[in-house]
This record gives sequence, C-alpha cells and structure tokens, in this order.
Amino acid sequence: MSAPKTLYDKIWDNHIVSINDDGTTMLYIDRHLVHEVTSPQAFEGLRMSGRKVRRPEFTLATADHNVPTMDRDKGIADPDSKLQVETLERNASENNITYLPMSDKRQGIVHIVGPEQGFTQPGMTIVCGDSHTSTHGAFGALAWGIGTSEVEHTLATQTLIQTKAKNMCIKITGEVVDGVTAKDIILAIIKKIGTAGGTGYVIEYTGDVIKNLSMEGRMTVCNMSIEAGARAGLISPDEKTWEYLKGRPLAPSGEEFETAIKHWQSLATDEGAQYDEIVEIKADEIIPQVTWGTSPEDVVSIDGYVPDPKNASSDEKKISIERALDYMGLEPNTPINEIEVNKVFIGSCTNGRIEDLRAVSKIAKGRKVEKNVHAMIVPGSGLVKEQAEKEGLDKIFIEAGFDWRDPGCSMCLAMNADKLKPQERCASTSNRNFEGRQGRGGRTHLMSPQMAAAAAIKGKLTDFRDL
Amino acid sequence: MEKFNKLTGNAIPIRITNVDTDMIIPKQFLKTIKRTGLGEYLFFELKFDQDGNKIDSFALNQDQYNGASILIAGKNFGCGSSREHAPWSIADYGIKCIIAPSYADIFYNNCFKNGILPIILDEETVAKLQDTAENTLNFNIDLQKQNITYVENNEQKEITFEIDPVKKKCLIEGLDDIGLTLNKSSSISDFENNQAKETPWLYGSKTI
Repeated sequence: MSAPKTLYDKIWDNHIVSINDDGTTMLYIDRHLVHEVTSPQAFEGLRMSGRKVRRPEFTLATADHNVPTMDRDKGIADPDSKLQVETLERNASENNITYLPMSDKRQGIVHIVGPEQGFTQPGMTIVCGDSHTSTHGAFGALAWGIGTSEVEHTLATQTLIQTKAKNMCIKITGEVVDGVTAKDIILAIIKKIGTAGGTGYVIEYTGDVIKNLSMEGRMTVCNMSIEAGARAGLISPDEKTWEYLKGRPLAPSGEEFETAIKHWQSLATDEGAQYDEIVEIKADEIIPQVTWGTSPEDVVSIDGYVPDPKNASSDEKKISIERALDYMGLEPNTPINEIEVNKVFIGSCTNGRIEDLRAVSKIAKGRKVEKNVHAMIVPGSGLVKEQAEKEGLDKIFIEAGFDWRDPGCSMCLAMNADKLKPQERCASTSNRNFEGRQGRGGRTHLMSPQMAAAAAIKGKLTDFRDL
Repeated sequence: MEKFNKLTGNAIPIRITNVDTDMIIPKQFLKTIKRTGLGEYLFFELKFDQDGNKIDSFALNQDQYNGASILIAGKNFGCGSSREHAPWSIADYGIKCIIAPSYADIFYNNCFKNGILPIILDEETVAKLQDTAENTLNFNIDLQKQNITYVENNEQKEITFEIDPVKKKCLIEGLDDIGLTLNKSSSISDFENNQAKETPWLYGSKTI
C-alpha cells in the first residue's frame, strides 16, 4: 500500500504532467477563470507570439472589478474601465472563451460565478489572475491566484510550472459560540498565524467546526487564506459539496455525477498522512471579530480595545501599530464598540453570497440604517441578486435604508465608482483593510455581514448579538 | 523574459513591513491594458499626498536615490493581490533587484517573470543594509556568484545569498517558459487523454 496522503498531495499527484530535470513539476490546470484586470496583457502576449488558447472550453471569463453597481444601462462611464472590459470581451470572443457580460444575469465576481455555475468542482486544479482564487478550495479544489505571466502560460499550455508547497493543517476544535460566523473564524486564524504565517504553505482547514459550515461559509474561510499568506486553502469535500453541486449547469449529472462522487470521496486526507505544520484553534474562544488597523492580522474581538503601541512586543511592531493608528485616525485603548462609522459595505467574494444577504436581512428587518451612515449592499452575482429579490430581501434592505446595488467587486477594492472618500470610516465585509484599499485615505474595518449590518444600524461598531 | 546577471547601482531603503501590492501600485493604475509605463505610479500614494504634493520624507522623493536600481524593504514585501502590475511598475521604474527578509508568495514568483531578482536575507542584515544604503552609493549584485559587494568606510564588504537554482537559471538565461512548455505539448496531450478516461466529466460537453 502506498504511503498515506493528504488532500493536497492527492490533487497534486493527480495533475502531474511531467517532472522536469530541475525538479519543478509541470502541473495540469483543469479550469481557468479570467477577469478584465489581469488578463489583457496575457492575451496581448499570445497575439504577439502567434500562440493560441489551448483549451478555451476550460476557461470562463467575466468582468467584475470595473463594472458599475448602478445605472448599468448607461454603460461604464470611466473610459479606462470601459476599455478594459471591452478588451476582455474582444479577447474572449476572438479566442472562443465563454464570457458573461454585464448584461447577463449570471455575471458577477469570478469567485462567486465559478461555484454557482458548477465550473468549480472537487479535485480540480483551478487558477485565476486573482489572489482570492483560494475561495474555490472550499470544494476541495486546489485553487490559487497567479500573475499575468502565468495567466498567459495557462492560456497557451493549460499547465503551470510549479514547485510543491508545504502543507499546513489548521484544526478548529470545540464548538462555535452563537453568532460566530465563518468570517470570525478566518479572522481569528489570521490573527493567530499572521499575514505571513501561511507563506509557502497550502492550508487544509479541518475539524467539526469546518465540517459544520455551509459551503458558503467554507468559501468565506478559504477566500481569506491569501490574507494569511497561504498559496491556497482546502477543505475536504463531503455530502454538502455534492448537494451544492447537484444540478449546477456545468456539474456532471446522472450516472456521471455518481461516478464523480466516488472519485471525490477518495480525495480526503488519509489517516496517518503527515502535514508539515499543524495549528489548533479553539472555536469556543472566538467571539465576533473586527480589524482595527491596516493589515488583516490587526484583529480584535468586538469587546476589545484599540491596541497601545506602548505595549508592542518589538520596536518594529510598535512602529507598525503607530503607523496604522495614524492612518486609521484611532487613539490607543479606545473601546472597539465606540468606533463610529459613516460607511458600510456588504458584499465581495468573501461575503457576497445569498447566505450572507439572508443574515443581513435578519438584522435589517424592522430597523433603520443610522441617519449619518451610507450602507451599500452589493450582491456577488446577478443570480445572488435574483435570489435575494425572489425572497424579498431587497425590500427589507431598502425599507431599512440600505442602498441595494448591482453585482461586482465594487468597494472591496474600489476600482469602479464605489469608493471611500479620505477619512471616511467603513464597516466592510470584504477581505483587505490595507491603506487606501477602499479609496485613498479611507479607513476599513473588516467584519462579518451580521456585524457590518449592525454597524449600519447603530452607526458604530457593535456586537450584533446585543441589538 | 528579461535576463538578470549582474547589477551595480544604489539602493532605496523602504522601512515599512508588510508593504502590500496596493501600496506598490494603487488600483487606479490597474486599468491599463499594457505592461509598460507604470514606473511613474510606483508607490504613488506614499510619494504624493492627497493634494498631489510630494511627501519629502519618502525615500523615492529624495534626490540621493535618483536612478536607484535596488530596493531594500521590510518583511512580507508584496503581500496582497496577485497583480503583476506591482513588479511591472517596479521594473519600469528601473528597479532590478529587491532585498528583503521575506516576500509574499505570488509577488515573489511574479518578480522572476519580469527579470527582477528578489533576494532574501535575515532581518538584521537587511536592517543594516538599509542603513548602509543611506551612505553607500553603489552595491554590486552578482547572481552567478550569489553575492552582494560594496565598499563601506573604505572597507570591501561581501554578503552572500541563497536562491533556488531553477529560479537562478531562469533569470540568468531569461528563458521563455511558455516556449519551453510548448516543446512538451505531446506530454500535455498524453495527460489529457489519460485524464479524460479517468475523470471523463472534466471533458463533458456542457456549456453555459
């Protein structure tokens, strides 16, 4: 019998085309997602060298970063954004790649569209010129973000030259406290291991807490693997995964679906398989989490305080806390739940799915957004929007004073018109609180959809369980 | 791909840890459909304040670092997004080598695709080199010999570094890796034929 393998080992081994003399591996790429920001130079490269897309049918394109989230019938106002989207449209059409345009209700953020369409399946290798490709690891697919040179390499060859990463197991033990979401779990993980803690690793998330998460929650966890520095995040596929995939347009069906399930079941990490590193985190200790600073590791519980640089563990840490507090306009030792916000952003590939919106609607129902707050809800895809409207969630949001928008990346990275003004403070369900991320001078606090909704109602960061 | 072999130049110390790709090249400059011309936007929001005035305390705005070809940075350099616009802007600015205690994974790989040598040294050495960079005009970087040499206080100094031999070879030879992979396209076809038998649903005819 062969040595026990991890989920990562198995997917890796299943995709080796050849091992080069220098020890690198040519790895087959099953699926490739393409968006408008990181692909134009790759297609240009192909054109210049007279190369073709090897497997257009394994490639799916949509525009998400630059698209407007309101007044879509008017098109894209910014000429550069417009050109980028039109360039993708042309490149997709010239290369016979399926493209979901802004006018298609299936359009949305690539990492929401892939799973929705059944493009994402267990055991696959999936890449995209986008660091949040790690999202697809929720299905037990090895999925990672690549640069544009590798986008071109994938388009031309359907392979990448890779070196195997190390394998980390993050085990979440115990039981989650009521009101603690997938977002709180991943923020707590990043707080513990740091933004470089996962560098050089593929992380597999394990334990009953992870198993009990919905597919949508699992996507939230895997999505932010990159914020922990990891190449990819993985969760072992199970009944919930098959249930999610069943009937999706690109998922196998009938007898083939049953055969696929048998294969997918064989992917789970074998008993006795070795990880390079194991980290345990106790779920019981996690309460709703928010970020206070400008790095996703700057995480604190909602009942906590803004840190004091005086208590920093090193000079370097002290300087970085001071810089972050200065940027964020915060005083040391301020109670977190006294921080006032004037913007709320609910959406992104981290938290823009239907479950997130349902959770928000529960908080919003019968309440009003605080009068000084502008709170926007941007569904992750047209299908999420459609489903929310079918369930009447849009009415609850609008009634409560939320701004209900069209799908896209929106203010997660503010490449379209949705951005913070300098010094505006935002409760955001997105994934990065970097300086300027949501708009120059804008101040971002990351949190779960429930917490962002509660911040909209109260006008300040607050434990939504106390509403 | 751009080659890298030897380099002589002065170095800019960037004394910030966790420099993310949003800092290196802010999102408003990602709307281009070209690889070139991004150098002037490198570290844009660290170079200019919100009114467009130069921030004098930022090293890139200081005359002594004009024409520098090396960056000496803090740990976890290049974290965040996968945007290759980050190394494009660095290369376009004229930076060919970065020295830092550690890098984010995707950024690190992207450097090699763009002829940039990212050197890893321990934190203490990097901090010392940042100090040195303020006074020493020229550092010599030799990838073949894997060393950095410079003169400080009339004394010849040498620091050696480690690098993955494959990545070293790619930089020195400036290999076209797509071309190399395409030379093996029969192995790719063999793999596909086999995979289509083992997991046929991956090769189904469904479309959307």
